[in-house]
Amino acid sequence: MIRLEEVSKHYPGAATPAVDRLSLDVGRGEFVTLVGPSGCGKTTTLKMINRIIEPTGGSIQIDGVEALSMPAYELRRSIGYVIQQIGLFPHRTIAQNIATVPGLLGWDQSRIRARTAQLIDVVGLETEMLDRYPAELSGGQQQRVGVARALAADPPVLLMDEPFGAVDPIVRGHLQREFLTLQHKLGKTVVFVTHDIDEAIFLGTRIAILNTGGILEQYDTPEVILSEPANEFVEDFLGGERGLKRLGLLPISSADLIPGPMIDRSGSREEAERIMSDNGIDWIGVLDGKRLLGWVDRVDLNASGLEGVEPRPFAASLSPRSTLREALDAVVTGHARIAVVVDDGEYQGMLDLEVIAEEITE
Amino acid sequence: MNSVLGQSAPLIDWSWVERNMDQIVDRTWEHLKLTGISVGLGLLISVGLTIFVLRWRWAYPSITGFTGLLYTIPSLALFALLVPFTGLSDTTAIIALTSYTLFILIRNIVAGIDGVPEEVKEAADGMGYTRRARFWKMEVPLALPVIIAGMRIATVTTVGLVTVTAVIGLGGYGFFILRGLNTFFWTQLIVGVVLSVVLATILDVLFIAVQRVLSPWAKANT
Repeated sequence: MIRLEEVSKHYPGAATPAVDRLSLDVGRGEFVTLVGPSGCGKTTTLKMINRIIEPTGGSIQIDGVEALSMPAYELRRSIGYVIQQIGLFPHRTIAQNIATVPGLLGWDQSRIRARTAQLIDVVGLETEMLDRYPAELSGGQQQRVGVARALAADPPVLLMDEPFGAVDPIVRGHLQREFLTLQHKLGKTVVFVTHDIDEAIFLGTRIAILNTGGILEQYDTPEVILSEPANEFVEDFLGGERGLKRLGLLPISSADLIPGPMIDRSGSREEAERIMSDNGIDWIGVLDGKRLLGWVDRVDLNASGLEGVEPRPFAASLSPRSTLREALDAVVTGHARIAVVVDDGEYQGMLDLEVIAEEITE
Repeated sequence: MNSVLGQSAPLIDWSWVERNMDQIVDRTWEHLKLTGISVGLGLLISVGLTIFVLRWRWAYPSITGFTGLLYTIPSLALFALLVPFTGLSDTTAIIALTSYTLFILIRNIVAGIDGVPEEVKEAADGMGYTRRARFWKMEVPLALPVIIAGMRIATVTTVGLVTVTAVIGLGGYGFFILRGLNTFFWTQLIVGVVLSVVLATILDVLFIAVQRVLSPWAKANT
C-alpha cells in the first residue's frame, strides 16, 4: 500500500542526512509504528509520505501511484493526517473542522452533514459539540476531533505523528484503546510515529525501529521484535522488562489454563475434602454447571457438604481476552496467587505463576 | 463676550450649540471623512506592504523603520511641511494622517499573520489546502482580531490627529477647539473636545462589534 524506496532527506547545510536511503513496505490494512530515539528521522519519514517534507531522493508509492507525480495538495486529500499539536482550526466549529477535506473535495452539503454527524459519534463525542469552537474542548476531546477530521473523506491511509503525545497518561490510554478498536473496524493502513516503545508495541501490527539518520534497525511484528531483537541497539531501545512486554501482547486464551480444584455445588463433603487434600489446599472452587459461583474455605464446609454455604467471589477474575501481563499482575496482587478466567459467565480455568512462566520461556 | 475671568457665565452656552447645529453636523462629516479616508487608505497601503513583506521578509525592518520615522514627526510640522506642495487642502491632511496609520497597521497585520500557529498551518497543508487557499481561509481570518485591534488604535489616533488639521483650515471638531482657544469662548472648545472623544469612543466600540461579528471564535480583547 505504501512503498518507500531508498528515500532520503538531506537538509542543505547539514553534515549528515536526516534520513538516508530508507526502504519500507507497508501492506494494506497494516498498522505500522515508527519508533526510535529523537533524531532518528521517524517524523521526517512520516512527513515525507504526504510531502509536508519533500524528499531529496528515492521514491514513494502509495497504492502503486508515485507520490511525487501529483500536486502535493491532491495527494494529501487522500491521506488522513493527525499531528501531536492537533492543529484544529480555531476559527471553525467542530463540524466545520471535521468537514475540511470533504469540503475541499467538493462534497455537497447534505452529504457533508451526514458524514460529520456520523464521525462525531465514531470518535465518541456528543453531537452537541459540533457547533462549538475548538477552544471550548479539552485536549482529549480535541484530539478525537483531530482523528475524526482525518477520517472524514474515508482515506485509505492514515498518517499519525505522536497523536496521543500531548494528553495526560489516563486519557492517552483511553484514546489508544479506542483507536485500536476503531482501527479493527475500519482497517485503514496506518503509519504511526511515537517515541514510546510501549505505545508502539500496543498499537502496531509491525514496528519499524529506526536509528539516527533513518537507519532501519528492525522491521517486524511486536512479538518477533521482543523475542528476537535484531541487534544491541534494538535490545537497548526495548529497555528492560522485555519478557513482561511480550506478556502484554499475549491473550490469556493462548495459555494452557489449569482446571483448578473445582466442585459442582451438588457435590458431597467427602468429594470436596478429597479434591482439597489432592491439591494440598484448604479451599475449593464451586461451580453451578459451567457458571462460577466462587470459592469456599474448608472450615465453612458442613456435614452435608456445600448446601447452604455461600461461596465467596474470587479476588482476581479475568476475561480470556485480557493479556497475560494483566493476568500476572492479578496473580501477584491477589492473595490467592491464582486468577480465574471467566468468559461471559462461563468458567474457563485458572492460572498461576507457573502457567505464566511457561509462556515467558516459550 | 465671555471672558476667562467671567466666572458668572455658564461653561456651556446651549443657545450657541442650537444656533450652530448645521456647522456642528458639517464638521462631524469632515471629521469622519478625514478619519475614514486616512485609515482606509492606510489599510490599503499596509495590506500591500504586508504582502510584499510576507514574500520578501528582508524588507520588513526597512519598512517598519521608515514608517516608524514618519510616526515620530510632530503632526504640526508635517502639515506645515506639506502645505507648500499640496496647499491648504484635504490632500495635505490625508497624506499626513495616512502616513501616521501605516506604522500601527503594518505592524499589526504582520504580527497577526505571523501569529497564526504553526500547527494550524501544518494541519491545513496536511488536509490538502493550496498555498493560496491556506492564506485566505486560514491565515487571514485567524489574523483578523489582531488586524482589527490595529485598526482600532489607528482610528482612535487619527480621530485625535484630525483636530490638529485645524491649523490648515480643516480640523473637523478641531475647528471649534482652535476657535474656542483663540476667542476664549469655552463653549466651542468644550463642544470640540467632547465630540472628538465621543466620536473616538463610538468608532472604537463599532470596531469591537465588527470584530465580534467577524471572529465569533475569539474573545474581543478590549
